[in-house]
Amino acid sequence: MSSLWISNARVIDPASGRDEVGNLFISDGKIVASLSAAAKKSAKKIDARGLIACPGLVDIHVHFREPGQTHKETIATGSQAAAAGGFTSVVCMPNTSPVADTAGTIQYINDAIRRDAVVKVYPTGCITVGMKGQSLAPIGSLKRAGVVAITDDGDCVQNNEVMRRAAEYAKMFELPIMDHCQDASMTQGAVMNEGIMSIRLGLRGWPNAAEDVIVSRNVILSTYTGAHIHMQHISSRNSVEILRRAKARGVHVTAEATPHHIALTDAELATYDTNFKMNPPLRTEADRQEIIAGLRDGTLDCISTDHAPHTDYEKDKEFDYAPNGILGLETSLAVTLQVLVRENKFKLPYVIDLMTRKPAEIVKLQAGTLAEGAAGDVCLFDPDEEWVYQSKKGFSKSSNSPWNGETLKGRVKTTIVDGRIVFANGKIK
Amino acid sequence: MLWTRKHLITIEELSLAEIEQIHTTAATFKKILARGVKKLPALRGKTVVNLFLEPSTRTRMAFDMAAKRLSADVISFDSASSSTTKGETLRDTAQNIEALKADMIVLRHGASGAPLYLSKILNIPVINAGDGAHEHPSQGLLDTFTMKEHLGSLKGRKVVILGDILFSRVARSNIYALNKMGARVTLVGPATLVPPAFTELGVEVSHDLKSALADAEVVMLLRIQHERQASSHFPSIGEYTSMFGLNKTRASWLNPKAIIMHPGPINRGVEIDSELADGEHSVILEQVSNGIAVRMAALYLCAGGQPENATATD
Repeated sequence: MSSLWISNARVIDPASGRDEVGNLFISDGKIVASLSAAAKKSAKKIDARGLIACPGLVDIHVHFREPGQTHKETIATGSQAAAAGGFTSVVCMPNTSPVADTAGTIQYINDAIRRDAVVKVYPTGCITVGMKGQSLAPIGSLKRAGVVAITDDGDCVQNNEVMRRAAEYAKMFELPIMDHCQDASMTQGAVMNEGIMSIRLGLRGWPNAAEDVIVSRNVILSTYTGAHIHMQHISSRNSVEILRRAKARGVHVTAEATPHHIALTDAELATYDTNFKMNPPLRTEADRQEIIAGLRDGTLDCISTDHAPHTDYEKDKEFDYAPNGILGLETSLAVTLQVLVRENKFKLPYVIDLMTRKPAEIVKLQAGTLAEGAAGDVCLFDPDEEWVYQSKKGFSKSSNSPWNGETLKGRVKTTIVDGRIVFANGKIK
Repeated sequence: MLWTRKHLITIEELSLAEIEQIHTTAATFKKILARGVKKLPALRGKTVVNLFLEPSTRTRMAFDMAAKRLSADVISFDSASSSTTKGETLRDTAQNIEALKADMIVLRHGASGAPLYLSKILNIPVINAGDGAHEHPSQGLLDTFTMKEHLGSLKGRKVVILGDILFSRVARSNIYALNKMGARVTLVGPATLVPPAFTELGVEVSHDLKSALADAEVVMLLRIQHERQASSHFPSIGEYTSMFGLNKTRASWLNPKAIIMHPGPINRGVEIDSELADGEHSVILEQVSNGIAVRMAALYLCAGGQPENATATD
């Protein structure tokens, strides 16, 4: 029987309402209220003075690129980056090669997870065959193979009839649908937000209206079918307002925001740096402010990174030709603390809730709490430690981050999965 | 004041003084171009590579000629004959050109930002000959040079740019140059091609041709790109011509001494009446001629020459 005794931490567990300096005990991989005297004696002890102990962070939107694009990331390296960022549960997207649209591919991914992952990794499956948006993937078989949601992330289902049937069908299995909200007809060739910056830079603009149209569509279809539709990486201020009204009516929709959409705007693109190129794109200050407001009032449910690794040589191109996406796992906590807690005066427990219990709830993971009996998944971090993030020295296989070289405040010290220390003092255990 | 810039990437980043330095230098070179022997030794022994990864006739010929007038060796190649069609990246192509000991690169590229990207990789000067819908600085400089020849100072002058502004690098470079030179710029065209956000660049936006053209001293027409007819930006070429094409009636609304400009290639009968294109107010071919002197100035200055020495080289 192995035990872990974390002492002197400020223990914050929004799910159980706990916020106090004290002890956290783990026995046989589970959170327990106390340890016997004998167990205390033999327990591994961590003095966490000055640190915060919270549930292991949960990210329901990452790209681990396996199978097929393992030059960018693997389940091994991606899960190590997750551990280094304080995450103990992550949900990976199905736009691999081949795409995860069959039970066989899910099984392949689950085998790799069992073999290589240092944190809990959950797969998603496609909504449609080949992510082509035309015919439904075998959603029931995907569910049986272990997916926690279905999504055509990156290739939003354009056909409303297909989306309606997917919603109806997935509801049968209580499987959430995650949608990357983008009207493709309005974003042909678009590489950044449409506005004064796209005009100045001479780049094709992606109007936020193209997101609003699909968010509205999804609200309508969720209302009609009763299915749970989760809107990925909301970037438009109008979408926040659409969701606010839908939630007030009780529509079963949820939504996420990324650290980059709350921290950065399209003004960053002035030098055509492709480490600021992602989809949906960085938008204006007004959009950024409204997303923060949406997180504050609960319209947006959680923080997700959309961790999207690409190699240097893929990103090192003319802006038009570089792929979309940036890393997120190793910087998410520090960036989110900076924007929400320090700059916008969110309460720390509330922000932790946005990164633990709430995302776990969206895909019904048994995660995100330190309540007695819960999995011993813990993140220990120093909210005030300053450090310089060097993306090439990180754990991801790629280094495409807009925060490379930046001084960040708030650092993950130890990550614990089922009572096992998987990351401590900058090293994967 | 010394010219210190190594690259010419945008007009947005140039100061008024720098624009004037280029114009002054171009004026010197223009005089030399009128002589029997049109060649200067300024770039003798240097190699200028014209890397044109997007089709171009006028700009490429003008840069070619400008470099040769300055006695440079010139190598030109386009995407059809380069390795880019075999999948080579721009970085690799450019590094190979530098390894071949080229002294300057003139880049035309379909992707906005490509010249800036190249200038950060290479140690040799990069001259932007047009990048995507971003900028075409040598065009903006030759257009304003031509305007100055006809109007003198551009301060307070009303300049109308008419046509496909959204996709036009020529419009953007002219807007920046004209703003710095104190002109009043009005952009005109269908709302889909002249979105209101352009006003944030410090210009007026209008969809009413009559009031926009009233008393304008310069009207610059931009080509309506036929290939966009398939997209949803406007209904048809015919409708465009009927709403925004410049014909004699509409030209009569201009200031009587107004000049009509066009960066080419022109579509006769679409954005401009054929007669107007050839008429007394048209300076379209002067723009082409001035393009050589202005590009000589750009090459000369970025290669390390100084405006006051331009004459001493003959």
